[in-house]
Amino acid sequence: MSDTSETNYLDNGKGFASWFYTVDHKRIGVMYLIAIGIFFIIAAFASFLIRWEHLTPGEGIVSAHTYNVLFTLHGSMMVFLFIVPGVAASFGNFLIPLMIGAKDVIFPKLNLYSFWLYLLGASIFLFALAAPADTGWTFYTPYSIDSGTNVIMITLGVFVLGFSSILTGINFIVTMHKLRAPGMTWDRLPLFCWAAYATSLLQVLATPVVGITLLLLIGERYFGLGFFDPAKGGDPVMFQHFFWFYSHPAVYIMILPAMGIISEVMPVFSRKPIFGYKAIAYSSLAIALISFLVWGHHMFVSGQSKLVNIIFSVITYAVAVPTAIKVFNWLWTMYKGSIELSTAMLYSLAFIFLFTIGGLTGLFLGALAVDVHLHDTYFVVAHMHYVMIGGTVFGFFAALHFWYPKMWGVMFDEFKAKIAFVLIFIGFNVIFFPQFILGTLGMPRRYFNYAPEFESLHQLSTYGTWIIGIGFILMMYTLLKPIPGEAGPNPYKSLSLEWSMDSPPPPLNFDKIPTITEPVYNYGTKIEKES
Amino acid sequence: MDNHGSYKSLINIWLLLMFFTVITVGAAQFDFGVWNVPIALIIASFKAGVVALHFMHLKHEDSMTWVFATYPLFLLFLLIAFTATDMFTRVAN
Amino acid sequence: MGIYDITTKIIKSIAYPSEMVPPITEEDDGHHHFDPETEHSSMKLGMWLFLATELLLFGGLFAAYAIYRAKYPEMFMNGSKSLDVVLGTVNTVILIFSSLTVAIAVKAIQENRIKLVKIMLWITIVCAAIFAVNKYFEYSYKFGKGIFPGTDIFYSIYFAATGVHMLHVFIGMAVLGVLLNKVYKGKYSKDNFTAIEVGGLYWHLVDLIWIYLFPLLYLVG
Repeated sequence: MSDTSETNYLDNGKGFASWFYTVDHKRIGVMYLIAIGIFFIIAAFASFLIRWEHLTPGEGIVSAHTYNVLFTLHGSMMVFLFIVPGVAASFGNFLIPLMIGAKDVIFPKLNLYSFWLYLLGASIFLFALAAPADTGWTFYTPYSIDSGTNVIMITLGVFVLGFSSILTGINFIVTMHKLRAPGMTWDRLPLFCWAAYATSLLQVLATPVVGITLLLLIGERYFGLGFFDPAKGGDPVMFQHFFWFYSHPAVYIMILPAMGIISEVMPVFSRKPIFGYKAIAYSSLAIALISFLVWGHHMFVSGQSKLVNIIFSVITYAVAVPTAIKVFNWLWTMYKGSIELSTAMLYSLAFIFLFTIGGLTGLFLGALAVDVHLHDTYFVVAHMHYVMIGGTVFGFFAALHFWYPKMWGVMFDEFKAKIAFVLIFIGFNVIFFPQFILGTLGMPRRYFNYAPEFESLHQLSTYGTWIIGIGFILMMYTLLKPIPGEAGPNPYKSLSLEWSMDSPPPPLNFDKIPTITEPVYNYGTKIEKES
Repeated sequence: MDNHGSYKSLINIWLLLMFFTVITVGAAQFDFGVWNVPIALIIASFKAGVVALHFMHLKHEDSMTWVFATYPLFLLFLLIAFTATDMFTRVAN
Repeated sequence: MGIYDITTKIIKSIAYPSEMVPPITEEDDGHHHFDPETEHSSMKLGMWLFLATELLLFGGLFAAYAIYRAKYPEMFMNGSKSLDVVLGTVNTVILIFSSLTVAIAVKAIQENRIKLVKIMLWITIVCAAIFAVNKYFEYSYKFGKGIFPGTDIFYSIYFAATGVHMLHVFIGMAVLGVLLNKVYKGKYSKDNFTAIEVGGLYWHLVDLIWIYLFPLLYLVG
């Protein structure tokens, strides 16, 4: 039913006020998308400069202090302004009510407040750039106490962003408990929603701890509280305990929504039901729960006791299991399926390949004896970027392309998008694979200078940034210049609820809340043929 | 409708809490050695439990609410347990 | 427009964002209405989730307390002795009493006993204010003796924990104040009382935290 006289959520009111004061989850999702996109570009530009600096050893285009500022800016902006809110706030907001058959989230006004808090936190963060922090995004004591830069301001910004994160998490959890359409039992919930649920659990339970940690950091800088200062009887490693208690679950906040995206894309472009629905759903919860038990693996060489080192190392191996389960399930979904290599599917396939590399190298780092040599080297940098870019960002790009027709009502040029994908894929690997080698050879991270024997690998890595930069620009161009003409409600013939209404969706999503009678991934089965 | 209990039962709960506050202060006058902290925590937890169950009506809430109310305590326990274990099992080289 | 008007306008736009946007379609009046039972249980679940985050926020402080007390038992004993047990006990009694009054208010609104609700909410807010005043006396006494956050780890924990708690007392007072204001405007009844119940939950948490802080800070040794 495409009643062209009916308005869609994009046309429903024009002007700044209609967007800034909206309680429509779709508009809020779009605003988050644009905001995180802008910060992504700024932070990526910082990394571009970092890599340019490393073309030669010694001073290149920036001073040593500026270099420290650049990697702090890159890390903290990417983590707190892009990737943690990232997929959950943008696609989660847009999709969850559509996928569960609801007209909006359960607390629409709170949703808007979450977005305003995001803007407030981002503003405070940007204010801090007057004397930007050079401590690294992890703000380790004692340097974060001594550093003469705006540490208090930037941590205050992060604190406010944490609030935004918590409120979004609460909204999603209660929405999924209370607003599922009739007949949508938990075992018929789309896997993206399961992933968003697990992510929201982490947002609600882990973020407060970093909140108090940052407050204590501010207290230490401002009042000299002394919790982290050995001269006053405190312990700098305690900061690391408190910080990583959040930040390890945080990395699962970063990856779970992206995994949810892959679980949605795979069945559509394999025309087969997802393999092991329950395993994927429960493994998301398992990841959320186990993630709280492993934070000490970031602290193996910090002075943590041997006993605790061993305990954390052993448990770290456990957290790999639910993730591996997902990878096998995605692969098995494709087996004997009818594969269509759309752009979204390409990004998803790349995700599986790159995230597996990232995950496996995480196991290297989880092994205590190996980590002693690899900690704080480029091996860690490569590992984290394989999971965060190869994982989350590729998943994010898959989502951008997959739900593009639904969000905007038009289609993009698949050919150009695929070229962009190839450039991004190649560029990414050229940047980061050499960094595994650099790390094993001993190149430390966050170092301004380096020994001359590392030069050629560093240069190779930098060339990759130019390739990925071109690919990214091409991707943005493709997405910003769609093919004229309506996309229609369901160009990919997905069976999921969000594709059952017009593209772009009307303001209140559904004329009539549907009743669900079937599981959601019935591709290629009798049921799909009959419908 | 939330018609659990009467005004009288609320006041009774309050009297119970007052009684245990007296116990709290009273118990602090004695030295139970290593048991000082556990005893203080047990009494405080009893009071907290009463407030949660009766004033906050946790007694009548569904299981999901129970999970969200109690799981954070487990996480807290984890944070304290692992951090403390680290602090107190370091061996000077 | 004067400052007052501008401030009121800003507060209204924050509290009622949908009124800043004229509705376009007749069905979209900007307010999403769910059935009362869903709305009631959702608000409660949402508040319990928020309380979980508060538990974990204070949890960090309790964790720091636990570890440093184990590390420096003498410092904690001496520090605790220097605190005013009488004032601490009085504050505990006041806060527990305020939990009773807010619980009575929650029950009263469900029976449409508006006058009782108003009295109880007033008493709760006054109790909170007395708590704040007592803490003000405690803090100024300490400052007068040259004891500040940072003097030693015990006092840092004392000021940090009671300080963050005090912040929540103020937030609680504000929440209760807004609720009381709305009661005067006749916004709540036995068919619409969720906000009061949920505000009460928040206040109980403030009490809960103090129930732990009191013995741990004031009654060591």
